[in-house]
Amino acid sequence: MRDGHPPRHRGRGGGGRNRPAASSERILVLPGEEVPGRGLKPGPGTYRVSGRIYASVLGLLSHKPPVVRVVPLSGRYIPKAHDTVVGTVTDVQGTFWLLDIGAPRWAPLHMTGTPWKIDFGETQQYLKVGDSVVVGVEAIENTGRIGVTMLGEGLGKLEGGAMITISPAKIPRVIGRGGSMIQTITRHTGARIVVGQNGRIWVDAAPEQLLRVRECLRVIEEEGHRSGLTERIEGFLRSGELPESDRDGPGPDVGPVPPFDREPVGPGDVEPDDDEPDDDEIAGSGTMEPTPDE
Amino acid sequence: MGSVGAKDVPVLMTEDGRRIDGRRADELRPLRIQAGALRQADGSAFVEWGANKVMAAVYGPREVHPRHLQENNKAIVQCKYNMAAFSVDERKRPGLDRRSQEISKVIAEAFESVIFVEEYPRTSIDIYIEVLQANAGTRCAGVVAASVALADAGIPMVDLLPAVAVGKVAGHVVLDLKKEEDNFGEADLPMALVPQSGRLVLLQMEGHMTRTELSKALDLGVGGCRKIYEEMKRALRERYAPTGTASAMEVAA
Repeated sequence: MRDGHPPRHRGRGGGGRNRPAASSERILVLPGEEVPGRGLKPGPGTYRVSGRIYASVLGLLSHKPPVVRVVPLSGRYIPKAHDTVVGTVTDVQGTFWLLDIGAPRWAPLHMTGTPWKIDFGETQQYLKVGDSVVVGVEAIENTGRIGVTMLGEGLGKLEGGAMITISPAKIPRVIGRGGSMIQTITRHTGARIVVGQNGRIWVDAAPEQLLRVRECLRVIEEEGHRSGLTERIEGFLRSGELPESDRDGPGPDVGPVPPFDREPVGPGDVEPDDDEPDDDEIAGSGTMEPTPDE
Repeated sequence: MGSVGAKDVPVLMTEDGRRIDGRRADELRPLRIQAGALRQADGSAFVEWGANKVMAAVYGPREVHPRHLQENNKAIVQCKYNMAAFSVDERKRPGLDRRSQEISKVIAEAFESVIFVEEYPRTSIDIYIEVLQANAGTRCAGVVAASVALADAGIPMVDLLPAVAVGKVAGHVVLDLKKEEDNFGEADLPMALVPQSGRLVLLQMEGHMTRTELSKALDLGVGGCRKIYEEMKRALRERYAPTGTASAMEVAA
């Protein structure tokens, strides 16, 4: 049954990136759809059978000669070196912990990758199952093992707070151009927020502020493809009302929000359209540069 | 839909070629698919097909739970097909039975043949299919739901996997059996098609058919799968591109 696998399939890369083809409009492709690729090489998210190229994942077509690829719009977090991620301890061993970072595999955090001096067997005293941590992705080995470290600025154990999970593909919008979105939210709520590239966001704030942050993140996730999002979020945080919303109050998972038809007008502070932040402008959190495909 | 006594066989095909619910031999029941019906799962879909209601959720690729099932060079595909106790007229005894184990197995194998499992070694891709209301053809509805859920979960695969059952009813080869036709018909032939290659990755049969009828049934089923394929794509487009996007080949032309 398995002999029909087209051999030329390439892995999908650039996990969670949301950028469409540099040149043209966004084209949605579905698995099995043929993509125009005369004289092009099949990149990540595509495969080739007898000279024709097909999409293997649901995503946006990206045409960058000599490669054609599909940038996934959904799916689990695919780890990349230098990403900063928020994880949860799922297992404690003698010399390392296993972290759930939302990736296909658990990531081992070795005790030498922590700021603590630990003897064998003392791991349990530092991190227990269920604890949350911020770690950096060091490397993806060719066995698929995800190496992570806690040594570095902004990395470490998270005490208290709450975890909110969104689609990793929406993380660039949460950060915003030059960090504008996350700064807006922090300024209006006074929350401490750690954004992981893996779609997990740790928030430490007073309960009512936490609800507001949660609502902002939900709106960003659902309305992430619209423009002028930072202004809309700012309007919500100023007035406490979601424009054009018929809902009673903020709260997660209460169904779709009607689209914003009106732009909330904030005094001054006219920001250019923050469609997609530039890669190098994203605050902290490592690079978002696309992995060059071969 | 009146209840049918076991003794009185209903008229399954009228003289002018109409079936018990008025369909022609090659007509499908109404099909509606919603991609992304659950928030918790990595991917999900809800399918209403005739009187069938089926929910599918996909998790993964993720860590394999009983470690010994892990494969070093590929992901394993696990499927659990389950019928709710209230999905049929007579209460269905909950839990695993031979029928659901068999269906889970053939569905998992069908998907394993279209998913690029080598991409995610040592992981598991878990498919859960819950039949909420059953009216014949639930394994096909389950395959359709699971396939849309897999695409929603961003799993790389050769193609979506439309599925339909063809059967023989009152001597006629007909597409997409409903309950009465399944119960009182002579044969049932569920299949799942890979549209990209034209291969069938799931094919089972119950009952009897002649060779000619079988080949006619296969043609009818493949045609039905292609229609279902369009609805599956529509559901995914609706979720990810609400404004209706042109297909890649159209733009290129």
